[in-house]
Amino acid sequence: MFANTISKKDLALLAVFTAAVLAGPIILKPIGAGYPDLLQKFAIYGIFALGFNILFGLTGYLSFGHAAFLGVGSYTAVWTFKLLSMNPIPAIILATIAGGLFSALIGFISLRRSGIYFSILTLAFAQMSYNLAYSVLTPITNGETGLQLTQSDPRALDVAFGRDYGAVLPVSDLFGMEMQGYPGFYFCAVMLIVCFFISMRIYRSPFGMMLRAVKSNQNRLNFTGVHTRPYALTAFIISGMYAGLAGGLLAVTDPLAGAERMQWTASGEVVLMTILGGAGTLLGPVIGAGAIKYFENIFSAFNDGILMKIFSFLPEVLQHLAVSISSLFVGEGWHLTLGALFMVIVIFLPGGLMEGVTRLSNLFRKQPPDDRAGGTPHPAPAE
Amino acid sequence: MSALSVKNVNKRFGGLKALDNVNLEIDGGTVHAIIGPNGAGKSTLLNCFIGRLEPDTGSVTFNGQSLLGMAPHEINQAGVSRVFQTPEIFGDLSLIDNVMIPSFARRDGAFKINAWTPVRRNGPMAEKAMSMLEDVGLAAKADETAGHLSRGDKRRLELAMCLVQDPKLLLLDEPTAGMARADTNNTIDLMKTIAQRGVTMVVIEHDMHVVFSLAEKISVLAQGTVIAEDTPANIKGNPKVQEAYLGGAHL
Amino acid sequence: MDAILLQVLNGLDKGGAYALIALGLTIIFGTLGVVNFAHGALFMLGAFCAVTVKALLGITKVTLDPTQTTPWGAPMEIRQPYVEVWFGDFGTTLLDYSVPVSILVAIPIMLLIGIVMERGLIRFFYKRPHAEQILVTFGLAIVIQEIVKSNFGANPIPQPAPDMFNGMIDFGVALGFDAGNVVYPAWRLIYFLFSVGVIAAVFAFLQFTTFGMVVRAGMADRETVGLLGIDIDRRFTIVFGIAAVVAGLAGTMYTPILSPDYHMGMDFLVLSFVVVVVGGMGSLGGAVAAGFLLGVLQSFASMNEVKAILPGIDQIIIYLIAVVVLLVRPRGLMGRRGVMEQ
Repeated sequence: MFANTISKKDLALLAVFTAAVLAGPIILKPIGAGYPDLLQKFAIYGIFALGFNILFGLTGYLSFGHAAFLGVGSYTAVWTFKLLSMNPIPAIILATIAGGLFSALIGFISLRRSGIYFSILTLAFAQMSYNLAYSVLTPITNGETGLQLTQSDPRALDVAFGRDYGAVLPVSDLFGMEMQGYPGFYFCAVMLIVCFFISMRIYRSPFGMMLRAVKSNQNRLNFTGVHTRPYALTAFIISGMYAGLAGGLLAVTDPLAGAERMQWTASGEVVLMTILGGAGTLLGPVIGAGAIKYFENIFSAFNDGILMKIFSFLPEVLQHLAVSISSLFVGEGWHLTLGALFMVIVIFLPGGLMEGVTRLSNLFRKQPPDDRAGGTPHPAPAE
Repeated sequence: MSALSVKNVNKRFGGLKALDNVNLEIDGGTVHAIIGPNGAGKSTLLNCFIGRLEPDTGSVTFNGQSLLGMAPHEINQAGVSRVFQTPEIFGDLSLIDNVMIPSFARRDGAFKINAWTPVRRNGPMAEKAMSMLEDVGLAAKADETAGHLSRGDKRRLELAMCLVQDPKLLLLDEPTAGMARADTNNTIDLMKTIAQRGVTMVVIEHDMHVVFSLAEKISVLAQGTVIAEDTPANIKGNPKVQEAYLGGAHL
Repeated sequence: MDAILLQVLNGLDKGGAYALIALGLTIIFGTLGVVNFAHGALFMLGAFCAVTVKALLGITKVTLDPTQTTPWGAPMEIRQPYVEVWFGDFGTTLLDYSVPVSILVAIPIMLLIGIVMERGLIRFFYKRPHAEQILVTFGLAIVIQEIVKSNFGANPIPQPAPDMFNGMIDFGVALGFDAGNVVYPAWRLIYFLFSVGVIAAVFAFLQFTTFGMVVRAGMADRETVGLLGIDIDRRFTIVFGIAAVVAGLAGTMYTPILSPDYHMGMDFLVLSFVVVVVGGMGSLGGAVAAGFLLGVLQSFASMNEVKAILPGIDQIIIYLIAVVVLLVRPRGLMGRRGVMEQ
């Protein structure tokens, strides 16, 4: 169907990506990430970061409010479960639409300014949504408890099709296949692959070229006859839809939506995923999302007992010292690691891991190595 | 008939009168040079043509259509392209992309979501861009990143970016500054061929060699006013121009 | 009328905090060209200066009194803060006044933090894109926040105002209203006066010292100042230090109004950014005016009468105003063309 419009290189990339995602449970087993709950997170946050990258990586507009769209997606999906059906398809469709509509509204206002103004505005709107979700909108969001399913939900479509979940709290299912465990992962994985494919098309299209031009020199683009604002707004909406979809998928795999998903830290996290992998690269954000979620999973599970074991090869005094320092960064302190990682990446490797790979391969190819290539990140907290 | 008509344009910056009742009629299909000492208001005037600045009073019409109040992209879509004094290019992108973007802008208009079909590296758009790069002598560097070019090369790239749009009116702000002599001569030749195609051109230039090889008419701007407007031959002998422009020295 | 006055007063203390943070943000934007997402963290650190000082002052000396015994027969422990042991009544006063006393500690500490931050991190980002400045200071804000959390815990730590200011002032009586109608917590009034004092000091410094002149010139046109051959680097460091002190003091004095916790900085930062946007990027007067304006409007929006008509308006009023201002006056109330625009 698209053999004549997609280059062989891209086709190969897509094939490898698809294979790698589908074989994820096997590939990631050796590093202890081969279980479905974590794999689902990889795929979902991969979608979130892919979408964010269409905005930030291509147009350079740095949004600090994308968690709001994720949250809106989750709420929409849970409401779809409650009112219509436990089938994930309507839930994610509506979540994507809701993310798109909400981002259209916020983007329309925020994009009246560029640069730092834009970042501040998106941050403010996300914070506003978060505040609202906790206060006035409690009838919709169920406030601090979070929105949950109940047995007495109407589920109109399910009822119409004679589907009865009986006296148990239902889980989302695709025509009888429960969206948890591996089926849940594969559902998210297919979405990730579709999203990756769409991203790829956008990247290679004239539209993508225009978005890059927005980042490179917006002034020139204006004087070249291009109305830049609708381009940026479209990119904003697309990324909002990706975020809505990701939020919907979070609800599909675990039908619960809470306001904390909309907090600024969550917005910061997707920025970090994108720059860690490499903003503006196709594959980077997915890798970044995977890396962050993987390390979050490992680090937050650590406690002093495990650390004592890890450092048991050290003399006792050093062991205690090492444990007390590193315990700052694990468990509850995972956010400290996240913040420090943020700084290290921005300071030493603003192009992200993908740039790191390029630099390394250049290092091996050319003889006099680029002296900037020495800046490999080291796990020290920044000053 | 005149393609670009400027009537009684005034522009103040605080206490400074940058443009003082400027009147200009630029005939269609001609090359019109604007010369004048530094700070005479030449670039300010061009900025008023492309929507970067709005004159305080007066009118600017292009083929009977007022350009005032139009957004920069609308003015460009009406057929006006400009080469800037400091080259404005897409520094992060390759040369070929730099030229394809304006080309898409001309084909697709100010905004079009064309997000599904990839940009083809061997399609007609790419071929057109390539031939433009050949015209300005940059074809060999088509895949390099534009930001790394020398200043003269950036200027030629910017020229290609304007030419690919087949503009009706081409505004050139010092198109040869920073170029080596040989490149300057090539650029002059290129502009002559463009002129032969019937494109109206307004050139701001300090290099008199360029001015006199190209221009059919010259306007002299000093302290925000047009002090003389004539054919190159007559301008050379105009004592008022020599006074204002070169402090009495002969051109 | 008295109800309106009360709401105006209620908004002034919060407005003062917004104004102080926004002032520092604007000065840093204007002179250094850096967007400091860690500015809220400086506010929070200032607040924790007060927490630390109070904790230090409160360290108790434990003595055993053999003449008294506990019900279990052990000698009675007498706990008394060292400051009281050493200084007697003065020590008691010192403890009572721990928040204002913290100012003396907060000034050098915040100055030091500011200088270290600028020298150690910010200065490497002057020439880097705004997005990277935002990201690195954002990371720093998280780091600072988490360090504070691991040291002081996640719960708010109440800091009492000095006894003398704990009460209420019946403000209305002084203005001829009936008693009991405009009653206002004394410390909030102190905070408002304090913030006005600090703002006045900053403006005086910028207006009347040569250093301040250079800073103002720098905000108007950074390139020119660079050309004057002035040692910009050292001045940048000091400017950053001053902004850090201003934010820190705003936090120190705010502790009796809002018990400090580790994430208070980010909450205030977001609002202060909105204040800067509303006031106009690069405009010091705009930052101050917008700070107080938004503080007061927020307080009006929190009135029950208003909330009854527009539920939740108190949560979003500031953002709504920002939207309106941006749509009507994209440069903010007092913004100038070309400042902080690419």
